[in-house]
Amino acid sequence: MELEVFKKNDVAILKISGDVDLYSSPQVRNKILALLAKTQKNLLVNLKDVSYMDSSGVATLVEALQLTNKRGGKLRLYHLGPAIRDVFELSRLDKVFDICETESQALNGIIAE
Amino acid sequence: MNKKPIIEIKDLVTYYGSRKVLDGINLQIMPGETMTILGRSGCGKSTLLRHIIGLSKPSSGKIFLKGQDITILTENQMLSIRRKIGMLFQGGALFNSMPVGDNVALPLREHTELEDSTIQIMTRMKLDQVGLAGFEDFMPAQLSGGMKKRAALARAIAMDPDMLFCDEPSAGLDPIVAVGIDHLILKLKKAFQMTIVIVTHELASVFLIADRVALLDEGRIIALGTVEELKNSTNKKVQQFFNRIPDPEKIDKDSYLNSLVGENNKL
Repeated sequence: MELEVFKKNDVAILKISGDVDLYSSPQVRNKILALLAKTQKNLLVNLKDVSYMDSSGVATLVEALQLTNKRGGKLRLYHLGPAIRDVFELSRLDKVFDICETESQALNGIIAE
Repeated sequence: MNKKPIIEIKDLVTYYGSRKVLDGINLQIMPGETMTILGRSGCGKSTLLRHIIGLSKPSSGKIFLKGQDITILTENQMLSIRRKIGMLFQGGALFNSMPVGDNVALPLREHTELEDSTIQIMTRMKLDQVGLAGFEDFMPAQLSGGMKKRAALARAIAMDPDMLFCDEPSAGLDPIVAVGIDHLILKLKKAFQMTIVIVTHELASVFLIADRVALLDEGRIIALGTVEELKNSTNKKVQQFFNRIPDPEKIDKDSYLNSLVGENNKL
Protein backbone atom coordinates (compact mmCIF):
# COMPACT_ATOMS: atom_id res chain seq x y z
CA MET A 1 0.00 0.00 0.00
CA GLU A 2 1.19 3.55 -0.77
CA LEU A 3 0.14 6.87 0.68
CA GLU A 4 0.69 10.22 -1.02
CA VAL A 5 -0.34 13.65 0.18
CA PHE A 6 -1.16 16.49 -2.22
CA LYS A 7 -2.40 20.00 -1.68
CA LYS A 8 -5.03 21.62 -3.84
CA ASN A 9 -6.12 25.14 -3.03
CA ASP A 10 -4.38 24.45 0.29
CA VAL A 11 -6.69 21.51 1.06
CA ALA A 12 -4.91 18.25 1.95
CA ILE A 13 -5.68 15.28 -0.26
CA LEU A 14 -4.63 11.80 0.84
CA LYS A 15 -4.29 9.36 -2.06
CA ILE A 16 -4.27 5.72 -1.02
CA SER A 17 -3.12 3.00 -3.45
CA GLY A 18 -3.23 -0.77 -3.00
CA ASP A 19 -4.87 -2.90 -0.32
CA VAL A 20 -6.06 -1.42 2.96
CA ASP A 21 -6.24 -4.34 5.36
CA LEU A 22 -5.57 -5.37 8.96
CA TYR A 23 -1.86 -4.89 8.45
CA SER A 24 -1.74 -1.67 6.41
CA SER A 25 -4.61 0.33 7.91
CA PRO A 26 -2.55 1.49 10.94
CA GLN A 27 -0.35 3.39 8.43
CA VAL A 28 -3.44 5.12 7.05
CA ARG A 29 -4.54 6.00 10.57
CA ASN A 30 -1.13 7.43 11.48
CA LYS A 31 -0.99 9.50 8.28
CA ILE A 32 -4.49 10.90 8.84
CA LEU A 33 -3.76 11.73 12.48
CA ALA A 34 -0.53 13.45 11.44
CA LEU A 35 -2.35 15.51 8.79
CA LEU A 36 -5.11 16.51 11.19
CA ALA A 37 -2.52 17.36 13.85
CA LYS A 38 -1.00 19.87 11.41
CA THR A 39 -4.06 22.03 11.91
CA GLN A 40 -5.70 20.57 8.82
CA LYS A 41 -9.40 20.88 9.45
CA ASN A 42 -10.59 19.36 6.19
CA LEU A 43 -9.35 16.26 4.44
CA LEU A 44 -10.13 14.63 1.10
CA VAL A 45 -9.34 10.97 0.53
CA ASN A 46 -8.83 9.70 -3.02
CA LEU A 47 -9.63 5.96 -3.14
CA LYS A 48 -9.26 5.52 -6.92
CA ASP A 49 -6.36 3.08 -6.68
CA VAL A 50 -7.55 1.14 -3.65
CA SER A 51 -8.11 -2.41 -4.83
CA TYR A 52 -9.31 -3.88 -1.53
CA MET A 53 -10.47 -2.44 1.77
CA ASP A 54 -11.44 -4.53 4.78
CA SER A 55 -13.30 -3.55 7.95
CA SER A 56 -10.16 -2.14 9.56
CA GLY A 57 -9.78 0.31 6.65
CA VAL A 58 -13.40 1.36 6.91
CA ALA A 59 -13.10 1.68 10.72
CA THR A 60 -10.02 3.86 10.26
CA LEU A 61 -11.97 6.22 7.99
CA VAL A 62 -14.89 6.23 10.47
CA GLU A 63 -12.48 7.36 13.19
CA ALA A 64 -11.09 10.05 10.88
CA LEU A 65 -14.62 11.24 10.10
CA GLN A 66 -15.43 11.48 13.80
CA LEU A 67 -12.25 13.52 14.38
CA THR A 68 -12.93 15.98 11.55
CA ASN A 69 -16.57 16.32 12.63
CA LYS A 70 -15.46 17.14 16.18
CA ARG A 71 -13.24 19.91 14.80
CA GLY A 72 -16.02 21.28 12.67
CA GLY A 73 -14.20 20.19 9.50
CA LYS A 74 -15.09 17.93 6.63
CA LEU A 75 -13.81 14.58 5.45
CA ARG A 76 -14.79 13.58 1.93
CA LEU A 77 -14.09 10.41 0.00
CA TYR A 78 -13.97 10.28 -3.79
CA HIS A 79 -13.24 8.07 -6.80
CA LEU A 80 -14.55 4.91 -5.09
CA GLY A 81 -14.44 1.86 -7.37
CA PRO A 82 -17.44 -0.52 -7.36
CA ALA A 83 -15.84 -2.99 -4.90
CA ILE A 84 -14.97 -0.26 -2.40
CA ARG A 85 -18.37 1.37 -2.81
CA ASP A 86 -19.95 -2.02 -1.99
CA VAL A 87 -17.99 -2.20 1.26
CA PHE A 88 -19.42 1.17 2.33
CA GLU A 89 -22.94 0.34 1.19
CA LEU A 90 -22.98 -3.01 3.00
CA SER A 91 -22.03 -1.32 6.25
CA ARG A 92 -24.62 1.40 5.49
CA LEU A 93 -21.75 3.88 5.76
CA ASP A 94 -22.50 5.36 2.34
CA LYS A 95 -25.20 7.26 4.26
CA VAL A 96 -22.69 8.52 6.82
CA PHE A 97 -19.78 9.62 4.65
CA ASP A 98 -19.70 12.42 2.11
CA ILE A 99 -18.89 10.36 -0.99
CA CYS A 100 -18.13 12.27 -4.21
CA GLU A 101 -17.53 11.14 -7.75
CA THR A 102 -14.70 13.50 -8.66
CA GLU A 103 -12.03 15.63 -7.05
CA SER A 104 -13.68 18.87 -8.09
CA GLN A 105 -16.96 17.75 -6.50
CA ALA A 106 -15.07 16.81 -3.34
CA LEU A 107 -13.37 20.20 -3.25
CA ASN A 108 -16.60 22.05 -3.80
CA GLY A 109 -17.42 24.21 -0.80
CA ILE A 110 -14.40 23.14 1.21
CA ILE A 111 -12.57 26.03 2.75
CA ALA A 112 -8.83 25.68 3.08
CA GLU A 113 -7.50 26.05 6.61
CA MET B 1 -15.14 -21.52 -15.17
CA ASN B 2 -11.40 -21.41 -14.75
CA LYS B 3 -11.15 -20.96 -11.00
CA LYS B 4 -8.94 -23.07 -8.79
CA PRO B 5 -10.47 -24.60 -5.67
CA ILE B 6 -9.87 -22.63 -2.48
CA ILE B 7 -10.21 -25.87 -0.48
CA GLU B 8 -9.13 -29.24 -1.81
CA ILE B 9 -9.22 -32.52 0.11
CA LYS B 10 -7.44 -35.54 -1.32
CA ASP B 11 -7.80 -39.14 -0.13
CA LEU B 12 -8.39 -38.12 3.48
CA VAL B 13 -8.41 -41.01 5.94
CA THR B 14 -8.67 -40.74 9.72
CA TYR B 15 -8.93 -43.25 12.50
CA TYR B 16 -10.10 -42.81 16.09
CA GLY B 17 -8.31 -45.77 17.66
CA SER B 18 -9.04 -48.70 15.37
CA ARG B 19 -12.26 -47.13 14.03
CA LYS B 20 -12.03 -45.54 10.57
CA VAL B 21 -13.95 -42.25 10.85
CA LEU B 22 -13.10 -40.71 7.46
CA ASP B 23 -12.56 -43.16 4.66
CA GLY B 24 -10.98 -41.65 1.54
CA ILE B 25 -12.63 -38.21 1.31
CA ASN B 26 -12.07 -36.27 -1.92
CA LEU B 27 -13.68 -32.85 -2.21
CA GLN B 28 -13.04 -29.55 -3.96
CA ILE B 29 -14.67 -26.31 -2.81
CA MET B 30 -14.55 -23.28 -5.10
CA PRO B 31 -14.05 -19.64 -4.01
CA GLY B 32 -17.33 -18.02 -3.01
CA GLU B 33 -19.14 -21.34 -2.85
CA THR B 34 -21.39 -22.44 0.03
CA MET B 35 -20.78 -26.13 0.59
CA THR B 36 -22.89 -27.97 3.11
CA ILE B 37 -21.62 -31.20 4.56
CA LEU B 38 -24.68 -33.20 5.39
CA GLY B 39 -25.04 -36.51 7.15
CA ARG B 40 -26.41 -38.45 10.09
CA SER B 41 -25.05 -38.01 13.60
CA GLY B 42 -21.71 -39.75 13.92
CA CYS B 43 -21.06 -39.97 10.16
CA GLY B 44 -17.82 -38.00 10.46
CA LYS B 45 -18.93 -34.54 9.31
CA SER B 46 -17.70 -32.56 12.34
CA THR B 47 -14.46 -34.57 12.23
CA LEU B 48 -14.04 -33.57 8.58
CA LEU B 49 -14.56 -29.91 9.51
CA ARG B 50 -11.96 -30.12 12.29
CA HIS B 51 -9.48 -31.51 9.76
CA ILE B 52 -10.19 -28.78 7.18
CA ILE B 53 -9.39 -26.05 9.71
CA GLY B 54 -6.33 -27.89 10.95
CA LEU B 55 -7.57 -28.70 14.46
CA SER B 56 -6.96 -32.42 13.83
CA LYS B 57 -4.33 -34.18 11.73
CA PRO B 58 -5.44 -36.98 9.39
CA SER B 59 -4.00 -40.50 9.40
CA SER B 60 -3.30 -40.01 5.68
CA GLY B 61 -4.28 -37.74 2.80
CA LYS B 62 -3.88 -34.06 2.01
CA ILE B 63 -5.86 -30.90 2.70
CA PHE B 64 -5.04 -27.81 0.65
CA LEU B 65 -6.25 -24.38 1.72
CA LYS B 66 -5.51 -21.79 -0.98
CA GLY B 67 -3.03 -24.24 -2.49
CA GLN B 68 -1.13 -24.86 0.74
CA ASP B 69 -1.06 -28.37 2.21
CA ILE B 70 -2.02 -27.78 5.84
CA THR B 71 -1.39 -31.39 6.89
CA ILE B 72 2.36 -30.74 6.88
CA LEU B 73 2.29 -27.31 8.57
CA THR B 74 3.50 -26.68 12.10
CA GLU B 75 1.15 -25.06 14.61
CA ASN B 76 2.96 -21.73 14.12
CA GLN B 77 2.63 -21.90 10.33
CA MET B 78 -1.03 -22.78 10.76
CA LEU B 79 -1.61 -19.59 12.77
CA SER B 80 -1.17 -17.32 9.75
CA ILE B 81 -3.70 -19.42 7.79
CA ARG B 82 -6.18 -19.40 10.67
CA ARG B 83 -6.15 -15.59 10.61
CA LYS B 84 -8.11 -15.73 7.35
CA ILE B 85 -10.48 -18.42 8.61
CA GLY B 86 -13.63 -17.77 10.61
CA MET B 87 -15.11 -20.55 12.70
CA LEU B 88 -18.57 -20.66 14.22
CA PHE B 89 -18.51 -23.45 16.78
CA GLN B 90 -21.58 -25.52 17.56
CA GLY B 91 -22.17 -24.08 21.00
CA GLY B 92 -21.02 -20.58 20.02
CA ALA B 93 -18.00 -20.94 22.33
CA LEU B 94 -18.26 -17.39 23.64
CA PHE B 95 -16.20 -16.58 26.73
CA ASN B 96 -18.84 -16.20 29.42
CA SER B 97 -16.67 -14.01 31.60
CA MET B 98 -16.31 -11.34 28.87
CA PRO B 99 -18.88 -8.89 27.50
CA VAL B 100 -20.04 -9.57 23.95
CA GLY B 101 -17.93 -6.72 22.55
CA ASP B 102 -14.73 -8.11 24.08
CA ASN B 103 -15.58 -11.56 22.69
CA VAL B 104 -15.84 -10.09 19.18
CA ALA B 105 -12.72 -7.96 19.64
CA LEU B 106 -10.64 -10.85 20.98
CA PRO B 107 -9.20 -12.12 17.65
CA LEU B 108 -8.36 -8.56 16.62
CA ARG B 109 -6.57 -7.91 19.91
CA GLU B 110 -4.75 -11.25 19.72
CA HIS B 111 -3.69 -11.20 16.08
CA THR B 112 -3.31 -7.59 14.95
CA GLU B 113 -1.50 -4.41 15.93
CA LEU B 114 -4.61 -2.28 15.43
CA GLU B 115 -5.28 0.54 17.87
CA ASP B 116 -8.04 -0.15 20.36
CA SER B 117 -10.08 2.76 18.98
CA THR B 118 -10.10 1.06 15.54
CA ILE B 119 -10.92 -2.33 17.11
CA GLN B 120 -13.86 -0.86 18.99
CA ILE B 121 -15.32 0.63 15.80
CA MET B 122 -14.80 -2.70 13.96
CA THR B 123 -16.50 -4.56 16.82
CA ARG B 124 -19.55 -2.31 16.63
CA MET B 125 -19.64 -2.71 12.83
CA LYS B 126 -19.60 -6.51 13.14
CA LEU B 127 -22.30 -6.52 15.82
CA ASP B 128 -24.38 -4.25 13.58
CA GLN B 129 -23.93 -6.69 10.66
CA VAL B 130 -25.36 -9.55 12.74
CA GLY B 131 -28.23 -7.45 14.11
CA LEU B 132 -26.74 -6.94 17.59
CA ALA B 133 -25.94 -3.23 17.44
CA GLY B 134 -25.75 -1.83 20.97
CA PHE B 135 -25.17 -5.19 22.67
CA GLU B 136 -21.41 -4.86 23.14
CA ASP B 137 -21.64 -4.41 26.92
CA PHE B 138 -24.00 -7.36 27.48
CA MET B 139 -22.62 -10.55 29.01
CA PRO B 140 -23.24 -13.78 27.04
CA ALA B 141 -25.49 -15.07 29.86
CA GLN B 142 -27.84 -12.15 29.18
CA LEU B 143 -28.39 -13.24 25.56
CA SER B 144 -30.87 -15.75 24.11
CA GLY B 145 -29.60 -18.81 22.21
CA GLY B 146 -30.07 -17.14 18.84
CA MET B 147 -28.36 -13.94 19.98
CA LYS B 148 -25.40 -15.95 21.27
CA LYS B 149 -25.07 -17.59 17.85
CA ARG B 150 -25.18 -14.15 16.22
CA ALA B 151 -22.52 -12.85 18.60
CA ALA B 152 -20.37 -15.90 17.86
CA LEU B 153 -20.85 -15.22 14.15
CA ALA B 154 -19.76 -11.61 14.66
CA ARG B 155 -16.58 -12.92 16.30
CA ALA B 156 -16.06 -15.45 13.49
CA ILE B 157 -16.11 -12.63 10.89
CA ALA B 158 -14.14 -10.11 12.99
CA MET B 159 -10.97 -10.60 10.93
CA ASP B 160 -12.81 -10.44 7.56
CA PRO B 161 -12.13 -14.10 6.76
CA ASP B 162 -11.98 -15.51 3.21
CA MET B 163 -13.42 -18.75 4.50
CA LEU B 164 -16.15 -19.23 7.10
CA PHE B 165 -16.78 -22.61 8.70
CA CYS B 166 -19.94 -23.29 10.67
CA ASP B 167 -20.57 -26.41 12.75
CA GLU B 168 -24.32 -27.01 13.12
CA PRO B 169 -25.20 -23.28 13.14
CA SER B 170 -28.88 -23.89 13.84
CA ALA B 171 -28.52 -26.72 16.38
CA GLY B 172 -30.64 -26.16 19.46
CA LEU B 173 -32.48 -23.15 18.01
CA ASP B 174 -36.19 -22.88 17.33
CA PRO B 175 -37.13 -22.91 13.61
CA ILE B 176 -37.73 -19.17 13.40
CA VAL B 177 -34.41 -18.28 15.01
CA ALA B 178 -32.67 -20.99 12.95
CA VAL B 179 -33.96 -19.57 9.66
CA GLY B 180 -32.81 -16.13 10.86
CA ILE B 181 -29.26 -17.49 11.24
CA ASP B 182 -29.49 -19.03 7.76
CA HIS B 183 -30.54 -15.70 6.27
CA LEU B 184 -27.72 -13.98 8.10
CA ILE B 185 -25.21 -16.43 6.61
CA LEU B 186 -26.69 -15.78 3.16
CA LYS B 187 -26.37 -12.02 3.70
CA LEU B 188 -22.73 -12.34 4.76
CA LYS B 189 -21.98 -14.53 1.77
CA LYS B 190 -23.47 -11.98 -0.62
CA ALA B 191 -21.79 -9.09 1.13
CA PHE B 192 -18.29 -10.44 1.50
CA GLN B 193 -18.07 -13.16 -1.18
CA MET B 194 -16.89 -15.58 1.49
CA THR B 195 -16.40 -19.27 0.88
CA ILE B 196 -18.64 -20.97 3.43
CA VAL B 197 -18.57 -24.54 4.65
CA ILE B 198 -21.46 -25.61 6.84
CA VAL B 199 -21.83 -28.89 8.66
CA THR B 200 -25.45 -29.68 9.36
CA HIS B 201 -28.17 -32.27 9.36
CA GLU B 202 -30.93 -29.67 9.01
CA LEU B 203 -32.47 -30.16 5.57
CA ALA B 204 -34.34 -26.86 5.72
CA SER B 205 -31.01 -25.02 6.10
CA VAL B 206 -29.47 -26.98 3.25
CA PHE B 207 -32.32 -26.13 0.88
CA LEU B 208 -31.98 -22.45 1.71
CA ILE B 209 -28.24 -21.85 1.69
CA ALA B 210 -26.33 -24.59 -0.11
CA ASP B 211 -24.73 -24.15 -3.51
CA ARG B 212 -23.65 -27.78 -3.31
CA VAL B 213 -24.10 -30.59 -0.83
CA ALA B 214 -21.70 -33.36 0.14
CA LEU B 215 -23.62 -36.21 1.77
CA LEU B 216 -21.45 -38.18 4.17
CA ASP B 217 -22.20 -41.72 5.27
CA GLU B 218 -19.90 -43.87 7.38
CA GLY B 219 -16.93 -41.63 6.63
CA ARG B 220 -17.44 -41.50 2.86
CA ILE B 221 -18.99 -38.97 0.53
CA ILE B 222 -21.80 -40.97 -1.05
CA ALA B 223 -23.27 -38.07 -3.04
CA LEU B 224 -22.07 -34.66 -4.17
CA GLY B 225 -24.02 -32.07 -6.12
CA THR B 226 -26.63 -29.36 -5.99
CA VAL B 227 -29.73 -29.81 -3.85
CA GLU B 228 -31.75 -30.60 -6.99
CA GLU B 229 -29.22 -33.16 -8.16
CA LEU B 230 -29.30 -34.91 -4.80
CA LYS B 231 -33.09 -34.80 -4.59
CA ASN B 232 -33.18 -36.61 -7.95
CA SER B 233 -30.51 -39.13 -6.99
CA THR B 234 -31.46 -42.81 -7.23
CA ASN B 235 -29.04 -43.74 -4.43
CA LYS B 236 -31.17 -45.33 -1.68
CA LYS B 237 -29.27 -43.67 1.18
CA VAL B 238 -29.62 -40.25 -0.46
CA GLN B 239 -33.34 -40.83 -0.97
CA GLN B 240 -33.67 -42.01 2.64
CA PHE B 241 -32.00 -38.85 3.92
CA PHE B 242 -33.86 -36.39 1.70
CA ASN B 243 -37.22 -38.06 2.23
CA ARG B 244 -36.62 -38.55 5.97
CA ILE B 245 -37.25 -42.27 5.95
CA PRO B 246 -36.32 -44.06 9.20
CA ASP B 247 -34.08 -47.12 9.19
CA PRO B 248 -36.04 -50.37 8.81
CA GLU B 249 -36.59 -52.03 12.16
CA LYS B 250 -34.45 -55.16 12.39
CA ILE B 251 -35.18 -57.52 15.26
CA ASP B 252 -33.43 -60.76 15.93
CA LYS B 253 -36.13 -62.38 18.07
CA ASP B 254 -33.78 -64.63 20.05
CA SER B 255 -31.20 -61.97 20.79
CA TYR B 256 -33.91 -59.43 21.75
CA LEU B 257 -35.53 -61.94 24.12
CA ASN B 258 -32.17 -62.82 25.60
CA SER B 259 -31.36 -59.14 26.12
CA LEU B 260 -34.63 -58.65 28.02
CA VAL B 261 -34.13 -61.64 30.30
CA GLY B 262 -30.46 -60.92 30.78
CA GLU B 263 -29.31 -64.07 29.02
CA ASN B 264 -26.89 -62.08 26.78
CA ASN B 265 -24.58 -61.53 29.69
CA LYS B 266 -24.31 -65.22 30.49
CA LEU B 267 -21.56 -67.31 28.94
